[in-house]
Amino acid sequence: MAETKPTARPLSPHLQIYRPMLTMMMSIIHRLTGVALALGMVLLVWWLSAAAMSDDYFNLVQELFGSWFGKLVMLGFSWALIHHALGGLRHLIWDTGRGFELKTVELMARANLAGSFSLTILLWIVGYGART
Amino acid sequence: MVEFALPKNSKVQPGKVWPKPDGKNLREFKVYRWNPEDGKNPQVDSYMLDMDNCGPMVLDALIKIKNEQDATLTFRRSCREGVCGSCAMNIDGTNSLACLKSCAEVKGPVRVYPLPHLAVVKDLVPDLTHFYAQHRSIEPWLKTTTAEPPAEWRQSHEDRAKLDGLYECILCACCSTSCPSYWWNGERYLGPAVLLQAYRWLIDSRDEATGERLDNLEDPFRLYRCHTIMNCTKACPKGLNPAKAIAEIKKMMVERRV
Repeated sequence: MAETKPTARPLSPHLQIYRPMLTMMMSIIHRLTGVALALGMVLLVWWLSAAAMSDDYFNLVQELFGSWFGKLVMLGFSWALIHHALGGLRHLIWDTGRGFELKTVELMARANLAGSFSLTILLWIVGYGART
Repeated sequence: MVEFALPKNSKVQPGKVWPKPDGKNLREFKVYRWNPEDGKNPQVDSYMLDMDNCGPMVLDALIKIKNEQDATLTFRRSCREGVCGSCAMNIDGTNSLACLKSCAEVKGPVRVYPLPHLAVVKDLVPDLTHFYAQHRSIEPWLKTTTAEPPAEWRQSHEDRAKLDGLYECILCACCSTSCPSYWWNGERYLGPAVLLQAYRWLIDSRDEATGERLDNLEDPFRLYRCHTIMNCTKACPKGLNPAKAIAEIKKMMVERRV
């Protein structure tokens, strides 16, 4: 009988088949908002250094940030900041060994989402209110 | 390393649609197949079963398929009651034991895959060699330095109670292979099952190697790749909480420094 060549074993499917669950999604969102914040910091530094450079340059940057696209980025940035901060609180609670019951985990994930959306809206309402 | 897509030889192809049996209450089972001898990529075969004539659990269905339709279907099973951990697989997108997962819990066709992100030996049988080697690496046995007592090592009721929720683990690997961190860093990250076992020995009042055990885990990969994603605890068919056990180890690491 001819010898059969051993075939390389395939890798079983993972991300392709695993059911996306809220807690798992919240983990990746926490990571993504963290990355977004690092990029957002570049914008903050740009804004501050523009202020240190000249009136004209600062006004130009102000105008960019004040455009509809700039505001959209700011909206995303503020949401990412609040969401990531609340997520950080969740991790802080976990670091004390508490909040690991599945019900609590689910509740904290939902509270994190609800909190980040409502606080972002509140922040913008207050922000616009303070301007006028 | 993080590799989101499957390698070329692992991409899943549509497979064979097996002939329908007689019966009114037909249910579709989509099962991952890979034969090491035909040189083809893995595929998903479709089987129909008459549920009026089949046991309630996914394992019952797989056994029925093997007995009546396709004798080549390969999977591990033994106790059929959640004690041995052999029939761990991915059912309907989450890891569980086929013997404890009821078909009625699943909506639509029942999708059955091997445990995720492992080398496949055949069909639903993954290679767990590395998983077992990792378990060996935490030295899962009692380690002592004091002279052995004449009878047994004694333990108070309170100290014994600390092992509840840990000793019940059957090492089925449902939790470890549900963990994205273990998917991406399984070579070096120990994963939830092995870390739960590590904690079982760390917290044992009779064990005298706690410091040494913690030293062995003090590593950016072995322990700290856990990011509390919680897939492990959600997957555990025994209702244990590996995520909490890992958090307790992280706490012990901090506490011994202050």
